[in-house]
Amino acid sequence: MAKKSTETLVGVFVLLGIIALAFLALKAANLASFSAAKTYTVRARFDNIGGLKKNAPVRSAGVSVGQVTSITLDKNTYQGLVTMKINESVQFPVDSSAKILTAGLLGDQYVGIEPGSDDKNLANGDLIKQTQSAIVLENLIGQMIFNKAADSGTAPAPGASLAPAPAASAAASGSKK
Amino acid sequence: MIAFVNSVGQATLRAFAALGHAAYFAVDLARFTPSSLRRFGLVVDQIYAIGYRSLTIILASGFAVGCVLALQMYYALVPFGAAESLGLVVNLSLVRELGPVVTALLFAGRAGTALTAEIGLMKAGEQLSAMELMAVDPRSRVLAPRFLAGIVSMPILAILYSAIGILGAWLIAVELIGVDPANFWSIMQSKVDITRDVGNGIVKSFVFGVICTGVALYQGYETQATPEGVAYATTRTVVFSSLAVLATDFILTAMMFSTS
Repeated sequence: MAKKSTETLVGVFVLLGIIALAFLALKAANLASFSAAKTYTVRARFDNIGGLKKNAPVRSAGVSVGQVTSITLDKNTYQGLVTMKINESVQFPVDSSAKILTAGLLGDQYVGIEPGSDDKNLANGDLIKQTQSAIVLENLIGQMIFNKAADSGTAPAPGASLAPAPAASAAASGSKK
Repeated sequence: MIAFVNSVGQATLRAFAALGHAAYFAVDLARFTPSSLRRFGLVVDQIYAIGYRSLTIILASGFAVGCVLALQMYYALVPFGAAESLGLVVNLSLVRELGPVVTALLFAGRAGTALTAEIGLMKAGEQLSAMELMAVDPRSRVLAPRFLAGIVSMPILAILYSAIGILGAWLIAVELIGVDPANFWSIMQSKVDITRDVGNGIVKSFVFGVICTGVALYQGYETQATPEGVAYATTRTVVFSSLAVLATDFILTAMMFSTS
């Protein structure tokens, strides 16, 4: 009998451990986001991905609909190739556009998808053609200095002569492809 | 002068001899551990003694640490308007570091000393020699089940420690201070990775289980068979396992989390 109760208590101990692990995994970690929901993969090329990281959320109208699975450099176009998986329950038209946005002023970056109006939907492996790069703070500042110099109409100080370069490739230029 | 050189040489040789001795002991332990699976009843008894009976101290300590972390982090985070990240900070510090390390330190104090004293007294009472006379190898009858029980119990205890700590933090932050509960959990879920954070924490606690149990058994098995010897061995168990855990933790952290 004493043997039995020892075994029972050890069973309680191990079960407690399993419950705690389940709690950590489901409630306090990201296991729930690997949910069994089926996903499909889409890709997008960005001129500049800024600080986007793997596992960053993909949002549409602020609602999380997927996750970035990989970020590589496209060797032909020298653009960042972002692969993301999107929940199969959410379908986007083929002419949807993708932007890299920032949550809050200092928050993490995420991919925002703005739906288009085409009848056909994006399928697995498709490429989102309309993209907008991350806003790079240095480019914005460069542009601002350039504009200021242009406004004052005088030849700018030596430092500002560097400004046109970043301004030309300025952040918010929509990608053409 | 010669005497000094001599003593340096002696100390070096003794250190290496002790190291070799401990290494042989570790190899023996590893060799005999699988055989303890055939005497699983003994392992269950030891899990009860080592694991289940450590629950009180582990749960109480985890809960207290979780509460205190939540309070302190709240004051640190509020000026940055980041009180919602409190859950994340508490979670990461518990799962990655405090859970495995503090559990291991408590384990060394609660269970390691008990193991050392028990085996040391068995040796002092010549029970180990009696077993050898009966052609029972004390290493497989006494040491191996305890070793296996130790390395099974430690990860479970560490997980419980982290879980109860997070619950304590939740209690303080959400129920007492009034942090938004949805953000408390969702920031945690979006930033804590199951393999990188939780998984590595479990790997750590497993390694600490091997270290703490191994040191405790070694000190008990190699003790001077006298009351002072057992007392000395028990002290050394706590000191050696704690130092080894802290040093290993630094190395493991550097290996696991350096790139993330």
